[in-house]
Amino acid sequence: MASVTFDHVYKRFGDVVAVNDLSIEIADKEFLVFVGPSGCGKTTSLRLLAGLEEISEGNILIGDRVVNDVPPKDRYIAMVFQSYALYPHMSVFDNMAFGLKLRKTPKSEIEQRVKHAADILDIGHLLDRKPKQLSGGQRQRVAVGRAIVRQPAVFLFDEPLSNLDAKLRVQTRSQLTKLHHDLATTFIYVTHDQVEAMTMATRIAVMKDGILQQIDSPQHLYDYPTNVFVAGFIGSPSMNFFDATLVESDGKLEIHAGGFRLEVPEKKAEEWRPHKGREVIFGIRPEDIHSKQFTPPDILESDVVAKVDVTELMGNEIFLYLLTKDNKQFIARVDPRVRVSMGDDIELAINMANAHIFDPKTEMTLDAR
Amino acid sequence: MSARRSFDPMRLGIYLLLILFAMLFLVPVYVMLVSSFKPFAEVQDLSRMWLPPKAPTLESFQAAWFGVPEKGLRGLSLNIFNSLKLTIPATIISSLLGSMNGYILSKWKFRGADLIFALMLFGMFIPYQSILIPLTRVIATIGLGGTIWGLILVHVVYGIPITTLIFRNYYAEVPTEMIEAARIDGAGIFKVYWKVLFPLSMPGFVVVIIWQFTSIWNEFLFAVTILQRPELQPITVALRNLAGSQIKEWNLVMAGTLIAAMPTLIIYIILGRYFIRGLLAGSVKG
Repeated sequence: MASVTFDHVYKRFGDVVAVNDLSIEIADKEFLVFVGPSGCGKTTSLRLLAGLEEISEGNILIGDRVVNDVPPKDRYIAMVFQSYALYPHMSVFDNMAFGLKLRKTPKSEIEQRVKHAADILDIGHLLDRKPKQLSGGQRQRVAVGRAIVRQPAVFLFDEPLSNLDAKLRVQTRSQLTKLHHDLATTFIYVTHDQVEAMTMATRIAVMKDGILQQIDSPQHLYDYPTNVFVAGFIGSPSMNFFDATLVESDGKLEIHAGGFRLEVPEKKAEEWRPHKGREVIFGIRPEDIHSKQFTPPDILESDVVAKVDVTELMGNEIFLYLLTKDNKQFIARVDPRVRVSMGDDIELAINMANAHIFDPKTEMTLDAR
Repeated sequence: MSARRSFDPMRLGIYLLLILFAMLFLVPVYVMLVSSFKPFAEVQDLSRMWLPPKAPTLESFQAAWFGVPEKGLRGLSLNIFNSLKLTIPATIISSLLGSMNGYILSKWKFRGADLIFALMLFGMFIPYQSILIPLTRVIATIGLGGTIWGLILVHVVYGIPITTLIFRNYYAEVPTEMIEAARIDGAGIFKVYWKVLFPLSMPGFVVVIIWQFTSIWNEFLFAVTILQRPELQPITVALRNLAGSQIKEWNLVMAGTLIAAMPTLIIYIILGRYFIRGLLAGSVKG
C-alpha cells in the first residue's frame, strides 16, 4: 500500500512530448483512472510509473521513495496488460506463481497465495490449464490473479477490458470495483473509455496531448468540466456546443446563438453576468434538454423550439437529433413517451442550472465554481 | 466449388515443368545412388552409367568407410567423427549466441542497436576468400591454428549474422508486453531470456540448427585451409582426398558422398516438418 506522486514529469520521444509537466498526487488506496483519446500520454504515464520507460525530467515517487532509477521489479508494483501478456508455455498456476518463485517465496506460501487469489477470481478449476485453453475473460482474470498474488503496493491496469466483449466488460467493471474495495490498495487504471472511468474511479485524470486537463472525482468532473475538451469527453452522448454571445437587454441576460435565443434565468444570470457582452461557447448536455411536454420539476427552465432530424429510440429514453434554425445539429435525451417524427418542430425545456459557458479562445470554463 | 474437376491444360503444364525441374535435381542423385552400389569394374564402363547395378554390392561403402591401405586410401570413418566434433559444438554455440543477440536486439533495444544489427548483417556478405589469409593468421596467433576448436571458432563467428537475423525476426513476433510482464514480475535481463523467451524459441532453434548444421557440415574452404593434418580433417575435405587419387574410383567416391550426406539428411528428416512451420511463423499467440 502506497501513495504515488508524479512531480513535474516529462517524457519526450525525440521531438514528441508524450507527457508534458505531469503533476499528480495519488493517495494511498485511491482508484485513479487516466482517461483520454489515444496518443494523449495516459499509457506512457503508466509505463513511466511501472519503470518500463525512463522519464526525461521530473520525479516519480512511490510512497516517499523516488523511483526514477529503480528497476520495475523493485517498485512493488504489479501490472495487468491489455493483451494480458500471459506466459503461453506455463500453466495458470505457474503464470501466477512466476513472480513469487523469482522472489524465492517459500513453496507453501506460493501455493496458499495462488489458491487465495484463484478463489477471489473464481479460477480455481483452471490452475492446470495453459493460457491458450482459456477464454478471453478467463485469461483476463488470470492476468489480474498474477497481479494479486504479488501483493503489490500499487496495481497498474493498462486498458484491461478493451479485449472483452461488451457484456463481459460491464460485469468485469463491477468486479474490479469490488476487488479494489476488498484489497484496499492503490489502483491506477488507464482507459480510453469514459464510462469505465466514470463507473470505477475515485478520481479521474483527463489527459490530452500529453497534458493533464483536469483531475477530479467523477461527479465533479461531470458537473464542473474545466474546459471544452473535458466537457465533451466526459458524458455520452457528448455535450452540445454552440458559438454564442451573452447579451443583456432590458436587464435580462440571454444567450444568442445563430439559430436560437435562450433566456438565462435570474439564478444563473447572477453567475454569468460578469461575462455579459462576451462571445462564449455555450455548452449543454443532452440529458439537460427535455421535451417541454415532460419537463421534470425543479429545473431552471428556459424554452426553445427545434426541428427533429432523427430519432433513436433506446427503450428507456429517446435520443433526438435536432436542428437549430441555422441547421446546426445537437442531441437531446428525452422522455420515452415523447412522440415526434422527422421534420416536426418540438418545444424543448433546457435546464440552465447545468449549462456551461467557455471562453472561445482558451476554451476554458467561465462558470463560477 | 465444383464437384467435377475439369481438365486444365495450365495445371498440366505447371506439373510437367515441376517434374522436369525435379528430374534435373534427381538425376545426379540417381547416378550417385546406382554407382555407389556397383563394383569398380562396372563403373568404368560409361555405357552402363545410367543402368542399375547388375549385382548390387556394399563393397564400395566398406572401402569408403574403412579405407584401402594397400592403395593408400584413408577411410572416412575417422573424418565423419571429426565432422561431428566440429559441427555439433559450432551449431549449438552459434545458435545460442544468435538467440541471445536476437533477444537483445529485438527486446532490449539500446541506443545504436539497429546500427549494430546492420553491421552484423554486413558480415554475411563478406566473401570467405577475401579474409582467408588474415583469418588463418588470427587463428594461429591465438593458438588455435590447425585445431578443430580453431575451425569451430571460425564457424561460430561466421554463423552469428545469420543466426542473429533469424532469431531477431522470430522474437519480433513475441509480444513485448510479455517481456515487460516478466520484468515487472521480477525477472532480470537473463531470467527473462531463460524462463520466458527460451522455452518459446524451439521453432526458431529448429530453423537455425538445420541451417547451421547443414552449412557447417558441408563447408570445405575454411576446413581445408585451417586443418592441414589428415587425421583432423572433416569429411568434406577427406572426400576430396578420396577423389583425388590417380585413378578415379567413382563407385568409392559416390559411396563416400552418400555417407557424407547422411547426417544432414537425417537432421532434415527429423526436424524438417518443423522447419517450414518455423520459417513461416513464430506464432506464440497466447
